[in-house]
Amino acid sequence: MAECHPVAFRYVMQAKLAGAKIVHADPRFTRTTAMADIHAPLRAGSDIAFLGGIINHVLNSKRWNEEPFFKEYVTAYTNAATLINPEFQDTEELDGVFSGLGPYKEGAWGLNGHVGQYDNKTWQYQGTEIADQGRSAATAQSGEQGVQSGQESEAAEAPPAGGPPYDELVRGLLKPPSQTDPTLEDPNSVFQLVKKHFERYTPEMVEQITGCPADRMRQVAETLLENSGPDKTSAICYAVGWTQHTYGPQMIGTAAMLQLLLGNMGRPGGGIVALRGHATIQGSTDIPTLYHSIHGYMPAPTVLKKHETVSEYLQAETLPKSYWANMPKFFVSYLKSMYGDAATAENDWGYGWHPRISGDHSHMPMAIAKAKDRVRGMFAMGQNPAVGGQNAIYQRKALAKLDWLVVKDNFETETAAFWYKSPEAVSGELPPEDIPTEVFFFPSAQVAEMDGTYTNTQRLVKYHFKAADPPGDARSDLWFTYHLGLRLKELYKDSTDPRDAGIQNLVWDYEPDEEEVAPWAIKDEPSAPKIMREINGYMSGNQEEHLPGFAALKDDGSTTCASWIYSGIFPKPGIENLRAAHRDNTPTTAEYDGQSLQGTELDWGFAWPANRRMLYNRASARPDGTPWSVEKAWVWWDPDKVNEATGDAGMWTGLDVPDFVLGKAPDAQPKEGGIGLDAHSGSDPFIMKADGKGWLFTPTGLVDGPLPTHYEPIESPVPNLLYPNNPTSPVLKRWDVEGNVAAAAEDPAFPYVLTTYRLTEHHLSGVMSRWLPWLAELQPELFVEISPELAAEKGVANTEFVRVITPRGEIQAKALVTSRIQPMAIAGKTIHHVGLPWHWGYQGVVTGPVTNDLSLMVGDPNVSIHEGKAFVCNLEKA
Amino acid sequence: MAQQTDIFPPPGEAMEPPGAFEAQPMGFYTDTTVCIGCKACEVACKNWNGLSARDGGAQPMSGDSYDNTRTLDGEHWRHVKFIEQFSEDRSQGRWLMMSDVCKHCVQAGCLEVCPTNAIIRTEFDTVVIQADVCNGCRDCIAACPFGVIEVNPVNNTAMKCTLCYDRMQNGLVPACAQACPTASIQFGPIAELRELGAARVEQLNTQSRDAGRPEDAYLYGADDSIVGGLNSFYLLIDEPEVYGLPRAPKLPSSQLPATTALTAAGAAGLGLLGLLGFRKRRMDDFAAEARAEAAESVRLAPGETVVVEPERGAKGGVGGEY
Amino acid sequence: MDSVVLSRRGLLRRAAGASALGTLAVLGADLRPTAARAQALRIRGSKTYPSVCPYCAVGCDTVVHTVDGRIVNVEGDVRSPINRGTLCPKGAAIYQLHVNPNRVTDVLYRRPGGTSWETLDLETAMDMVAERVKKARDETFVERTEDGKTLMQSLGIYSLGGATMDNEWNHLQQKLMRGLGVVAIENQARI
Repeated sequence: MAECHPVAFRYVMQAKLAGAKIVHADPRFTRTTAMADIHAPLRAGSDIAFLGGIINHVLNSKRWNEEPFFKEYVTAYTNAATLINPEFQDTEELDGVFSGLGPYKEGAWGLNGHVGQYDNKTWQYQGTEIADQGRSAATAQSGEQGVQSGQESEAAEAPPAGGPPYDELVRGLLKPPSQTDPTLEDPNSVFQLVKKHFERYTPEMVEQITGCPADRMRQVAETLLENSGPDKTSAICYAVGWTQHTYGPQMIGTAAMLQLLLGNMGRPGGGIVALRGHATIQGSTDIPTLYHSIHGYMPAPTVLKKHETVSEYLQAETLPKSYWANMPKFFVSYLKSMYGDAATAENDWGYGWHPRISGDHSHMPMAIAKAKDRVRGMFAMGQNPAVGGQNAIYQRKALAKLDWLVVKDNFETETAAFWYKSPEAVSGELPPEDIPTEVFFFPSAQVAEMDGTYTNTQRLVKYHFKAADPPGDARSDLWFTYHLGLRLKELYKDSTDPRDAGIQNLVWDYEPDEEEVAPWAIKDEPSAPKIMREINGYMSGNQEEHLPGFAALKDDGSTTCASWIYSGIFPKPGIENLRAAHRDNTPTTAEYDGQSLQGTELDWGFAWPANRRMLYNRASARPDGTPWSVEKAWVWWDPDKVNEATGDAGMWTGLDVPDFVLGKAPDAQPKEGGIGLDAHSGSDPFIMKADGKGWLFTPTGLVDGPLPTHYEPIESPVPNLLYPNNPTSPVLKRWDVEGNVAAAAEDPAFPYVLTTYRLTEHHLSGVMSRWLPWLAELQPELFVEISPELAAEKGVANTEFVRVITPRGEIQAKALVTSRIQPMAIAGKTIHHVGLPWHWGYQGVVTGPVTNDLSLMVGDPNVSIHEGKAFVCNLEKA
Repeated sequence: MAQQTDIFPPPGEAMEPPGAFEAQPMGFYTDTTVCIGCKACEVACKNWNGLSARDGGAQPMSGDSYDNTRTLDGEHWRHVKFIEQFSEDRSQGRWLMMSDVCKHCVQAGCLEVCPTNAIIRTEFDTVVIQADVCNGCRDCIAACPFGVIEVNPVNNTAMKCTLCYDRMQNGLVPACAQACPTASIQFGPIAELRELGAARVEQLNTQSRDAGRPEDAYLYGADDSIVGGLNSFYLLIDEPEVYGLPRAPKLPSSQLPATTALTAAGAAGLGLLGLLGFRKRRMDDFAAEARAEAAESVRLAPGETVVVEPERGAKGGVGGEY
Repeated sequence: MDSVVLSRRGLLRRAAGASALGTLAVLGADLRPTAARAQALRIRGSKTYPSVCPYCAVGCDTVVHTVDGRIVNVEGDVRSPINRGTLCPKGAAIYQLHVNPNRVTDVLYRRPGGTSWETLDLETAMDMVAERVKKARDETFVERTEDGKTLMQSLGIYSLGGATMDNEWNHLQQKLMRGLGVVAIENQARI
């Protein structure tokens, strides 16, 4: 965190000065470790074993079993009491796989890559099939597994179709409630399943798997326990290297499970803090330039599920219980934002023009599709896959198969220059003459040269103002796409082919007002606020009537809104009403129990949804609505406060925007036959989940198991000590194509664990840092971090060149010999780590080998994230 | 931190600095125990002062931990040092980091040897080299016991940290201190910084005492024992030499010109008055001197403003475009 | 009203409100001494624009200063509850991301099999890209799957980018691509 997010680490340091304990889990001793109280050195990729060990320790600890807070929180706010189908079998019973595993059959796309597939029928709650209550709305999964799951075929009884309104359709999806055992003693209860699942994750086993000394793990677990409870919370912060494993989402899930068990979710100072890596990586996930989802985390329409009509899409995707019950409003308003007046109830809101996905169209399969001549053209805008992509050699060669490539960036990136500067081009293996690709490079405006918003990692959206024109022909990215759209609409305007109706009807109306461009030389920049108006939403037919928030959305076409979650960011016309542009740093204050409390700066930017700064903050209060403690008071029920909207006494209040129905009393019961939040009680904080609970056990949404389990990375020098016969995830994605070969398990030719990372001084593939002399000089060269022990073994002195070799490629760089890397005793072997930052390439003020020439394209089965943080290599003196 | 409660004013408004800090000894207190080695100070300094990168940024890596800056010099006015300390079995280990900078010594060797009076003592008790007066003779480089000064390769004059004299005169915190994410670099009146430093030393040593560890925290240069006191002083947890700091820095007293009123001997003679009293008086002397020499009294009508011309040869010309 | 005499010293004494660490003393008027040592502030009178750091996702607030339409300084916004004026080294270097002779300012074009860049007029280049997009899309567009499901899809074009670009761009890009039937849309989130 100190390495990659130094300014966020500021608050960690402030907490430390105030007495907080800092624990750092990392194979290396980094700038974060230097500030930590406890360092847990873990072999790269072994985190689930470590966290599972902590969970095991916590559940059997004195404090957890004696402090009543923990059980109260867990029983009320998680699905611990829910009973699971007795046919469910755990990895502990089936030697590393869950019940329901079967073969995966590739469809027409052919690049989904799964090595197996689960049918999650036995993972369901007793008494209800929660998986039938909407599939994957809240997850990132793309559906390429869903088609062959047992659920769809068994959803024989079709709910009523048609609409609007779609209320009856949603009501038709309702299922009976699940069965629970609030004593948590039923052997089929989630709590008992979780406890049993981690029984073998003892400190000694954890030490054998991870290399972290058993006592250190105990110390970490005890530190978490001591610092969690009614008056204390602990946070788990991670950077997205944590996701980059073939079980990455499960890793985050293990942390979430631990935080639920410790009562740290939805409470100030708690939670899972995802430290994402790019200025608006959050925004580009919310407003998805991602194949698998459309705005606001709605799944992309797909031919792999029953999505033929709007009704079918809604039947398949709507969760009738939870706030997702409103999906018909979100979806119809989205289609209105696409096709405007042309989208009508009669033509199913233009849904027939909207494209469907047909498989995994994410970055790695698309690289293979390129290499197989299935792709004609590509845009690489602010992206540099020639350096940043996994197996970069493969990626560059795939670029050479394109007909055309458009690169838009500030500098001439490695991707733009691949055809004459790449190692393959320079060596003559792939000379420029043999590359048929047309390459366009468009220079870009930078942040201070354009108007627009970023969404930071805490969902905070902020506007940046244009301060100067960009130089020469550099233009904003917005300018490029807007003007490309204008041209394409012109090219298609006379077509009578029905397949062109979508682009013809696409609303494309962002011409700037005169005063917006008056100060600048460039007069044809589109209006960023007009685009934000469309994202926020307005009343159909009147763009000046902005929507005040997502509660105003309708499913009858009367509202137009691209992104329901951003609705409310721009409630009225005028830049002064764009809440992302607000910069008021006054914190909220409130009184509780005679004490003055200070909260957060609610008018500094706008956090979706509804400007809530902490999600699920209902959990910051007890089930009865009072704060768990005054120290940790955040949102609570005030029985005397009058709800202005309804005139009734009693409402949620506090230091943040409550993430709950404002007037819903803590003792409210679910309404019989109710949909949406009516189906939840007044003490169900997790309003986006079907049962309102935090999920310790995940009956649906993850395709690789309802509980996290220790697997080895696909490339590992050691066996899986817990599941020797199923060492890796049985459903992961692999693409075994020429040029992308994985080392076999425990291959003696590749004995070292290779992990890659970022440095404070650089950014990603280096485009935004290696061209800047001020940053280039701070870390001018690629280096290979190795321990003095490995250096001695190889006869390598500090700054001498070494060769690092994997089945994909080989690079040479200087060794940085440091005790900050330590050998680990794993499963009876000494395991060495080789550490490589990945910021260098062949373009820039400073250049160096491409670390990703070594890495492998292999994917997690849920979201197709690669395994860039743990693979194997050999190392020799050069 | 004062709270601003208004909506942000429309963009494009003219920047109006808040006004000068009070004339009193000001400087840096650097708590090395919270330094995360991010080097924001180095870059923020270069950004504000328009300093170039060594060899355009394309220098070889040093191999000395994460330190590729290596030294303070004419184009590096901040330098973050990295010290790795590990036992063989890694049971003991720490990675010390420290942002080094000009110490703005109370007894400043550089100032005392400068033949052209290019080096001045300011109203904030800081030591500033005036680029337009410097003739590049290098005497100050030899006179500095901390190795702070070097000739800037772009303008060929001796350069070092000014403690952002221009920002201080306009009420802005020096660029490095403002940028420092963890408040390792703190800026303010020396008297207050000393109190903060002393309290932090006490906190750390209490923690160490309670944990049965050696009480190793101390302040370096906060009192007058090191060249009369450092206006940039440090909290350290190991010997000064570990951080590359001299235990007992020596002034080039043999070279001191007789005319200066600020010799080491003179300062020693004032010991009983207390360092701060001495320095406060010195501030007043400077102010008076400035009044006399520069005919500084300005007769102003109500509402009239004084426009200050940019100082010749100062910012902007140091590092070119970047 | 009589004129007043303000000495440099007097001015500084009036600034005595600056007692707390880091607190800024505010002079009531724009009165500046003209001492020999007086320092000009290079951002005085510059236009100031609130902005956000373009590097990681912490979202540090910055201010951009311009003189005569040129960026002269970028630094942390001291009022920000996110960063309180602080930055990391990358954030501190934002100025150099903008003012940098290595920036390309022309559209570059490389022909099939070509061995060097050519420059293109911006409008011409845009026309060329639009034509290529249309051709690639039209030639790879599929209305229906073999079993008759609506597809309305082109897999012939791949769009990569978004995480360091504005939300507004992400909206337009995904909208245009989906409007055309392009579904292979990705950004840094999975790279």
